[in-house]
Amino acid sequence: MSQSDLSMNNNMEVRSVLTAEEMAQSRKMQRRRKVIAFAFVTPLLLFVLIAFIAPIGTMLYRSVYHPTVAQLIPDTLDALSGWDETTDIRPDDAVLNRFSVELKQLAMTRKSGKLGEEINRAMPGTSSVIKSTARKFKKLDTELLRNEGATRLLASKPQWKEVEIWRAMKASGAVFTSSSYLTALDLDRNAAGEIVARDTQVYIQLYLKSLKIALMITFLTAVIGFPLSYYLATASPKTANTLMVFVLLPFWTSLLVRTTSWIALLQTNGVVNTFLKAIHVITDPIEMLYTQSATVIAMTHILLPFMILPLYSVMKGIDPSYLRAAMSLGAKPIPAFIRIYLPMTVPGLSAGALLVFIISIGYYITPALVGGTDGQMISNIIAFHMQSSNNWELAAALGSLLLALILILYWVYDRLVGVSNIKLG
Amino acid sequence: MKALKRFGAALALCTAAVPAMADQFTAVSFGGAYGAAQQKHMLDPYMEKTGHKILFENYSGGIAEIKAQVESGNILWDVVDIEVIDLERACSEGLLEVFPHDTLPPGDDGVAASEDFSPQALSNECGVGNIVWTVLYAYSSDTIKGGQPSTINDFFNTEQFPGKRALRKRPQVNMEWALIADGVPKDQVYDRLATAEGQQQAFAKLDSIKDDLVWFDSWSQAPQLLNDGGAVMVQSANGRIFDAIQSDKKPFEMVWDGHIYDLDVWAIVKGTKHKALAEDFIRFATSSKPESGMQEVAYGPTRQSSYAYVDPAIIPKLPSAHLEEGLQASGEFWADYGESLGEKFNEWLLK
Repeated sequence: MSQSDLSMNNNMEVRSVLTAEEMAQSRKMQRRRKVIAFAFVTPLLLFVLIAFIAPIGTMLYRSVYHPTVAQLIPDTLDALSGWDETTDIRPDDAVLNRFSVELKQLAMTRKSGKLGEEINRAMPGTSSVIKSTARKFKKLDTELLRNEGATRLLASKPQWKEVEIWRAMKASGAVFTSSSYLTALDLDRNAAGEIVARDTQVYIQLYLKSLKIALMITFLTAVIGFPLSYYLATASPKTANTLMVFVLLPFWTSLLVRTTSWIALLQTNGVVNTFLKAIHVITDPIEMLYTQSATVIAMTHILLPFMILPLYSVMKGIDPSYLRAAMSLGAKPIPAFIRIYLPMTVPGLSAGALLVFIISIGYYITPALVGGTDGQMISNIIAFHMQSSNNWELAAALGSLLLALILILYWVYDRLVGVSNIKLG
Repeated sequence: MKALKRFGAALALCTAAVPAMADQFTAVSFGGAYGAAQQKHMLDPYMEKTGHKILFENYSGGIAEIKAQVESGNILWDVVDIEVIDLERACSEGLLEVFPHDTLPPGDDGVAASEDFSPQALSNECGVGNIVWTVLYAYSSDTIKGGQPSTINDFFNTEQFPGKRALRKRPQVNMEWALIADGVPKDQVYDRLATAEGQQQAFAKLDSIKDDLVWFDSWSQAPQLLNDGGAVMVQSANGRIFDAIQSDKKPFEMVWDGHIYDLDVWAIVKGTKHKALAEDFIRFATSSKPESGMQEVAYGPTRQSSYAYVDPAIIPKLPSAHLEEGLQASGEFWADYGESLGEKFNEWLLK
């Protein structure tokens, strides 16, 4: 009899000791334990669901689901479905008549502006065409429009004769659309339906710039944070504690206060310029505020604790005898540091870098306040589309792309460094 | 009149004594010195007169917040002070209540409201014009010595007037100024801007001073930039500069050439529970006396009868005294091209 057979026999013996009733009871106990454990995490689960998964889901959905136009002019879109938009002939008068009737209804319920705004997005300049025509149609009889709406429409504004406006109308009418994503990637569909580069190139540049700024900040926090953490980890507990307070102090201060104090420091007649002038380093003040470097400087300062804390806790756990052993075995200090000490700090360094990078790539308030023009990041444009231009679909698409970008980078990072390597303490 | 006042006071006492009759609603405006003037001349007297309570909040313009409230059905604001540029959009999208213009009271001199108000003030069915204000540029006579800038061309002339210029970071007004400085007659500016060549022309003109431009986001930063030396010429709402001159005794000068004037309007958010009250407040706030109070921040009244209460020394400093030098902002144009020019503007900034 081999070893495994023996153990199997043993197992069967153990099992046979329990009666069926006892087995059921133990299963019941286990089930209860599971239910209790689940009850403990339920609040957290609900919180994650409500505060995290639901909003992100809504955002992803909103970036492709766009029913506004389809709800405003269902009849026209139905009529337009029979029209081939790749030709240069505008839809026939029957379609125009049906549109005229719907436009009048929109004018009566004061929704023509909504339609104008939506179509204007596909074709700038159409908003006023739709609104002024709607104003005229409001006074006309519905029966009249049903019969000769097309004539009235063509007479009211020359744009109605063009095929472009009907193309725009049909394109905006799609309930599920990729157009927000195309815009977010600086792409567009031409008249033949092919995907081409847009005449304005904004968003790709902004993504690249946000990436660049985030990488720069990650690098700077690592360069500044590493020696400091090393010093903190090796200093006497008393000194380390005192210094730790200085690391944490800005952490406890309001984000707005910290950002605003950078404004006071960096502005043209601010502390830094006045000081440099007083010691005769410069004669004319340097332009520092409202630049990309202002964003980088202020955010490096704000995010520094996120780098120092994981680094410090990992360094604290490294036994100094390793380094001593290396040196006593004949390694020079610098190679010993690089080959023995540095690899051991990688878990802390990668945790810090990941934290800083992910926080900084979606940062909003600091670039908005000190970034001026070239210090703006993608989040500022997302906010612009949420608050000013009211293009929530585009904002959602930009946000989804940012999320995808972070996930891809996280995946690459996992491949290169390994997420299991991360250590926060 | 005195009897009426006494009656009003008595009424106020009565309503104050019966709290159930007093209502509360929320008004929203732009804050700063302008908000303070509205509080003093429109809200406080109304509260005193009627006993109702008005919560006064600030926002920075735009229709996004109103839209969010109306679409979610959770109306927090009742009365808003809104720029005509946004009014056009907000009204046609059904975010505002229609205001019955025929219920507006006549001016204190007895002239009917329809005659007393300037036509622009009543041109939109959703609101009543409250002030005329303008965007112009200003400089500090401390920093610019020798020649004095006096035209929009001087703003773009970095050889004669070296130094940074500050503009608000948006295409509005800046595009108009670029075309005016490039020689386009004022009455053709918006037609020209509607064409691709016109837009290119405006960007090319802005390009010529791009290295000397500083950008800001809110009007409150404008006098600050001028004061800190962040820029030698600053685009600003006229009231902010006027207030800095008047209250803080700053040596600032305003240049009226090519200023872009616009109206602010009181309007009512669609679906408010206090519609009748809000209408009543707007009728009061746009009557002759309260409107004239905005002279404190150099914003002009929208009705003729208010001028009787305006200090004659202030009149030349109001936008209404400089209409020929200026251009009225086109709400319709910016409703059409605001978004596409906004994108092009962002692209140009990134270049």
